[in-house]
Amino acid sequence: MILKSTLRRIGAALIVMIGISMLIFAIARVMPGDPARIALGPNATAEQVAALRVERHLDAPLPVQYLEFLKALSRGDLGRSLYTNRPVTTDIAQFLPATLELVVVSAIIMVLIGLPLGIMSAHFRGRVPDHVGRLIALIGVCTPAFVWGVILQLFFGYFWPIFPIEGRLLESTPPPQGPTGFYLIDSLAAGNITTFFDALHHLVLPALALAMSGLGQTARLTRANMIDVYDKPYVEMERAYGFKPFRIATRYAFRPAFIPTLTILGLEFAAMLGNAFLVEKVFGWPGLSRYGVEVIIRKDLDAIVGTVLIIAAAFLIMNIVVDILVGFINPRIRLAAGKA
Amino acid sequence: MTDCVLTIRDLRLAFGSRRNNSAVLHGISLHVRAGEKVALVGESGSGKSVTARLAMGLLQESQKVHATGSIRFDGIDAIDGGREIASRRGNRVAMIFQDPTSALNPTFRIRGQFRDVLRSGDRRISVADADARAEAALAEVSIPDPKRALDSYAFQLSGGMNQRVMIAMALANRPALLIADEPGTALDVTVQAQTLSLMHELTEKRGTAVLLISHNLGVVREFADRVYVIYRGRIVEHGTTAQLFRDPRHPYTRALLAAIPKISGGGLPDLPERSPDFESPMITHEGCSEPEGLNP
Repeated sequence: MILKSTLRRIGAALIVMIGISMLIFAIARVMPGDPARIALGPNATAEQVAALRVERHLDAPLPVQYLEFLKALSRGDLGRSLYTNRPVTTDIAQFLPATLELVVVSAIIMVLIGLPLGIMSAHFRGRVPDHVGRLIALIGVCTPAFVWGVILQLFFGYFWPIFPIEGRLLESTPPPQGPTGFYLIDSLAAGNITTFFDALHHLVLPALALAMSGLGQTARLTRANMIDVYDKPYVEMERAYGFKPFRIATRYAFRPAFIPTLTILGLEFAAMLGNAFLVEKVFGWPGLSRYGVEVIIRKDLDAIVGTVLIIAAAFLIMNIVVDILVGFINPRIRLAAGKA
Repeated sequence: MTDCVLTIRDLRLAFGSRRNNSAVLHGISLHVRAGEKVALVGESGSGKSVTARLAMGLLQESQKVHATGSIRFDGIDAIDGGREIASRRGNRVAMIFQDPTSALNPTFRIRGQFRDVLRSGDRRISVADADARAEAALAEVSIPDPKRALDSYAFQLSGGMNQRVMIAMALANRPALLIADEPGTALDVTVQAQTLSLMHELTEKRGTAVLLISHNLGVVREFADRVYVIYRGRIVEHGTTAQLFRDPRHPYTRALLAAIPKISGGGLPDLPERSPDFESPMITHEGCSEPEGLNP
């Protein structure tokens, strides 16, 4: 059953999470520099530093520290940030929704523009629309996200200032209160249309900057896979039976070509979580990525581990979702899963 | 003389760019009359499949295909492809392929594909009507449980089943011409024979003309009224099936006939491919000349 294979995947993901936690736990602690000293600043006395090291078990052997970490984790406690002096879970809860909202909107842009671009290229293979589509895709792939950020800011924030270039909302707009932390969803749930459009307005440029490379990759993959499919006998059959070319492109050739593309889309989504670090920096986006950079620079042990684990979890969850979707659109997998 | 469904005159085809291309067909002429069963026989690469695809306007879109001559199907000109012939595909002319299982889309159920086939015949057909007609069509090709077949994917059905589905799809819109491109070569021999006789029976009943493309002379002998032998892009011999099998005149035809596998080691005839005999002029048997004029 689909349920069973999903459970198996979740089990595998948990094992990966344990591996990642060990790895990042160890790496954070072998990085040079004394976290207690960095946290307390150069003016703290040696006694204060020593006291903090004891409080945080920093002098204990690594495995003991890891066990302490696991014990705390089982209570849902990711430790305390030395930088903000708040629980890491509180920090993450504050910053994660902004990043996720950005990445999800980027992923939507990637799919909504990348797929039609690829379909268009394949359908008009060798003709002008194909050349245009391939050029856009290529430029998208080979320009880093933060460069896109700067370019978009320059063109649509400065030369033709139609979009804001910083933050999630205008200063004058109060942030919507809601359970998700996604401003778009929370403002809609509250029925506050002005806030919704303000949030959307602020999202356009960073989301587009973040989406560009994945968008190009999606278009290229879709084109390549569709051109493969166009050579299949069943496409010739569809042509020989008078199926409309548009219908073949958007339905009969698209679905078989989309199955391998979808797997890569999951990876692109993960790459976006990483690229968000730079885009958030460029757009002053108050997200987890910016927080992650800060805590790494400050060697804020618990916060580093917590941030990496959350991003890894988002990545793994996305992969499971993609696997389920692939099973759903590929009848061979779906039916095989039904029998097992 | 009965009307011609398909008339091909001096069809020449080259693949490649305008300057640098290789000729594939060197002036093919053939005709198929309404309700007639005509075979186009030759080895792989002789040009039989491209001739059929050109007749359906399937290749002309490509910039690497240069076709000249004339193709008239159903009263229209098809040599340059285009909308007119495209609107007749699946409707006035249909095709059956070598491997039925790979000719059906693996990501859609038969039902959806069958609906679109029926839409080629009647754009405004309702979903319910289409499903009813599809079921009837599948029942006609002796598929035991049409509803279940419609809800299956091609990979869930056997090759023979898929071939029956293809035949049902091909004949669903009552085409004037059915092109069968080595039908069922990918199937095992008994299934191939069953589906061929089914195809013969149904096309006979409805008066559908068939252009059978094959390298299997055994199949051709049973199926066709008239035979064209094609070799390296040329028709080398043309006659009724009886004439051709009784009195094969072109050395290539004789070589082909001799190549029918026999249990006691028939094997391929020992004839040099490049012998001058192969370039000898086309042989047309008595009473089988191409009809005059292009308009049927």
